[in-house]
Amino acid sequence: MTAKRRSPYPYWFVLPAAVVFTVLFLVPTIASFWFSMTRWDLFQTEFIGWDNYRQFFKEPFLVQGLTNTLIYAVVTSGAKTILGLLLAVLLTSGILWQGFLRSVVFFPVLVSTIGVGITFAALMHPTKGAINIALSYVGIDGPSWLSDPTLALYSVAFIDIWKGVGLATLIYIAGLAAISPEYYEAARIDGATRSQQFWRVTVPLVQPATVTVVTLSLIGGLRSFDIIWATTKGGPGFASDVLASVIYKQYQAGFYGLATAGNVILFLLIAIIILPLTWWFNKREVDL
Amino acid sequence: MTSRQRNTGIIAFLAAFIIFILPFVFTFFMAVKSRQEAALFLFTWPSEWHFWSNLVEVVQARNYMLLLAYFNSTIITVGAVALLVIFGAMVGYVLQRRPSGWNKLIYAGVLMGLMVPPAVVPTIWVLQGLGLFKTIHGMILIQVAYGLAFSVLLYRSFIATIPRDLDEAAIIDGAKPWAIFFKVILPLLKPVTVTLILVQSIAIFNDFTNPLYYLPGRENVTVQLTLFNFQSQFQSQFNLLFMNILLVTIPPLIVFVIFNRQIVAGMTAGAVKG
Amino acid sequence: MKLIPSAALLSAFIVASGMAQAETTLSVLIDNNPETIAAFDALTAAYTAANPDVTFDIEQRAGGAEGDNLVKTRLATGEMADVFAYNSGSLFQALNPSETLADLSDIQGNVIDSFKPVVTSPDGVVRGIPFGAAMGGGIYYNRKIYEELGLSVPKTWAEFMANNEKIKAAGKVAVAQTYGDTWTSQLFVLADFYNVQSAVPNFAADYTANAIKYATTPAAVQGFQNLEDVFKGGYLNEDFGVAKFDEGMRMVALGEAAHYPMLTFGIGTVKQNYPDNVNDIGFFAQPGTDAAKNGLTVWMPMAAYVPATSPNLEEAKKFLSFVASVEGCNTMIGAIGATGPYLIEGCELPTDVPASVADMLPYFQTEGMTAPALEFLSPIKGPALEQITVEVGSGIRPAAEAAALYDQDVEKQAKQLGLPNW
Repeated sequence: MTAKRRSPYPYWFVLPAAVVFTVLFLVPTIASFWFSMTRWDLFQTEFIGWDNYRQFFKEPFLVQGLTNTLIYAVVTSGAKTILGLLLAVLLTSGILWQGFLRSVVFFPVLVSTIGVGITFAALMHPTKGAINIALSYVGIDGPSWLSDPTLALYSVAFIDIWKGVGLATLIYIAGLAAISPEYYEAARIDGATRSQQFWRVTVPLVQPATVTVVTLSLIGGLRSFDIIWATTKGGPGFASDVLASVIYKQYQAGFYGLATAGNVILFLLIAIIILPLTWWFNKREVDL
Repeated sequence: MTSRQRNTGIIAFLAAFIIFILPFVFTFFMAVKSRQEAALFLFTWPSEWHFWSNLVEVVQARNYMLLLAYFNSTIITVGAVALLVIFGAMVGYVLQRRPSGWNKLIYAGVLMGLMVPPAVVPTIWVLQGLGLFKTIHGMILIQVAYGLAFSVLLYRSFIATIPRDLDEAAIIDGAKPWAIFFKVILPLLKPVTVTLILVQSIAIFNDFTNPLYYLPGRENVTVQLTLFNFQSQFQSQFNLLFMNILLVTIPPLIVFVIFNRQIVAGMTAGAVKG
Repeated sequence: MKLIPSAALLSAFIVASGMAQAETTLSVLIDNNPETIAAFDALTAAYTAANPDVTFDIEQRAGGAEGDNLVKTRLATGEMADVFAYNSGSLFQALNPSETLADLSDIQGNVIDSFKPVVTSPDGVVRGIPFGAAMGGGIYYNRKIYEELGLSVPKTWAEFMANNEKIKAAGKVAVAQTYGDTWTSQLFVLADFYNVQSAVPNFAADYTANAIKYATTPAAVQGFQNLEDVFKGGYLNEDFGVAKFDEGMRMVALGEAAHYPMLTFGIGTVKQNYPDNVNDIGFFAQPGTDAAKNGLTVWMPMAAYVPATSPNLEEAKKFLSFVASVEGCNTMIGAIGATGPYLIEGCELPTDVPASVADMLPYFQTEGMTAPALEFLSPIKGPALEQITVEVGSGIRPAAEAAALYDQDVEKQAKQLGLPNW
């Protein structure tokens, strides 16, 4: 055996992926720092320093967009985590039609976001929609789900949860399957009740899945855009605007420099939230 | 099965039916109604069935644009997923098997890929510079760039479950690195590959924002874009709009029916630990 | 992996759909108002009949800000259709027309001079031709409800609100609003400009020069105040937040609502969908504070343009010169009737116009009874106006605050246009 034997895991394996990723992702991301400091109409750029950022933080709806983004991300990822775990427990407990139910819960993950948005916009129509008509049968005067400014954001979040909870469930089902049945047996022998088993065995041992679900859904929630655009377009007014939709509107209005500045701000926001969270999760995992 | 398990199942089924199945039933009913009846939005049994005529009208709209869209979306999806499988597995393999300082860099890239929202306008600028803007292969490469991080992570964690003895045996036999990877490792990755193909092809097929920006032009239309465009075109023809939704929902449904077992098996086997 | 260029497939489809003999296919992008669609269908059919070697592929887009954005993005990425219809005035200026649009100054033969400035780019080149009729912005009302309740057409905003109160007391919806199409929410503000101008004659010039603001001009805030008033009065239809433009026209046509603030082109939709009810609708200018100064805010017609990058530039221009001819104008009148004066020399309005159009014409016949909307006097229009007006009209934001917010939005647009003094 020679000292300088070639590794069986050569770095050129990484090369094709690295080239595509660098050129089409890293370069634009780095370039965005420059373009965010320009007034840009795709034809010419004019350097204007921090003006775009100042403008962005001057927009009164940005502050609302920022809080909306946080609310939306926390509500959707929280609900997906909790409901996902409960559904996973239910759908691994050997109930009737378990396999079919798993499929039913998972299927919305796979369908078109735009299609789901259009469908729910119809179902949530304040006067003609099936939801309010159903509510009226039990004597409830349903609200304007998507056009009431206090509700719109949560209605969209509901649609997002409806569509995404299946993925969380699936990840949890996989996580639950990785827990050795011996733990449950030991717990039963110790006389633990079902709820004790859930809190003392399931929740701690399924933590790797929790990390995945929380991280993925939080990033997804912070970046969320499609479903909002397909239902409220950020409305009424700016009531359900999130960062991504604010950026999109600036982009569409032709304020390319400003939109790019928004992109940078969203990037920083995600980094500020996700990096400490990841670090914290990793630390806890070591502790376990 | 205990009676408790049976009753819970029945209750769960009823709840799932209302929450998850009825919206699809609604879509289907809307899609087969007449224009006037669909405009009422009511969740009622269609009084007349216009399945075929609505279908024909949607497919024929704007010079068979939907068929062209299926064609484009299929090419983009197949091309991008094929590259994602190979590239992702190769990176995940090296990353897991060869601990070194470079790994930190790769992880940083992966983390960025998962987190960072793509900078849309500068990406258009890069694509224009490379002559890839408004091209199908440009779109494929964009989807690869955006999907890589997830693929790498998925493969890396799965490869961790494959004993190193296997590669070592092959190394001792004198096999070249690429041969070890493509002949020994890659076949073993089948369960996770199925998961990845499923997840990524759905994501790419359903993607609408990226084609909207990087692939403008009528001959480049993709399936989600037809839905988006027809939202204006069929503003007062909800039957056709919902027929379009129905048609766009069918490919994922087919994939799901065929691959259902493999996803669940793949996900369960491939321990999700990130 | 082999990539089949999808253009090849596209041409296969064109062949398959029997268009093989056509030598030129002009792609067309228009908004999805039924009136625009009907007019364009008639124009293209007539043109193809005379020129069998030219056919059309018509694509429809949303109206309002979404449509604005689509048009801008398509132009910026070089993917615009050969011919497209879009607003004239300040929205035209926002398209960066000197760079993106073709010179149409050689096909202006019959176009009335007053139209040309609103499609002239900063470099002085005329880049559009009128498409459709000039419009008034004001309030449609249901004549049957007015008759039934013994109401008369209001000349001041106070009278209008008094009418609303009576209509509400009679258990009817007084004002239809349709914020599902966000652009429709702007009407009370934009159609109030006649009143703004009669109070502050220099508003447009000062506003362009950054010397006057909405928020600090009470007459200009009034438009926002109107929106707030009708919301607070509880006069709106229950589904105002999600209803669409065509539903608004239906409501006022069928008497489901008494008023609907809109541009006069809206009557075209009623003509198609509810032809029996066309004459149940009347029209009046948006009233201001003084009955003696009652006048109409008018909109120039939309325009048709050709992008500078069109591969079919010559064919597209030929088609547009037909659109701008007397024959083209008459073709449109044949298809959609007259919803206002066409700005084509020698193109006369028919004698039998719908009641709402007849209501509008007297304003044009008296000197000083009309004023162009602000977007034809100033190149600046803030892109977020329609979100802001939705907010005011839904009770989210008070009028004064909204006017200040709109001033900021305007500032952003002015900077992007590179105007002096901003």
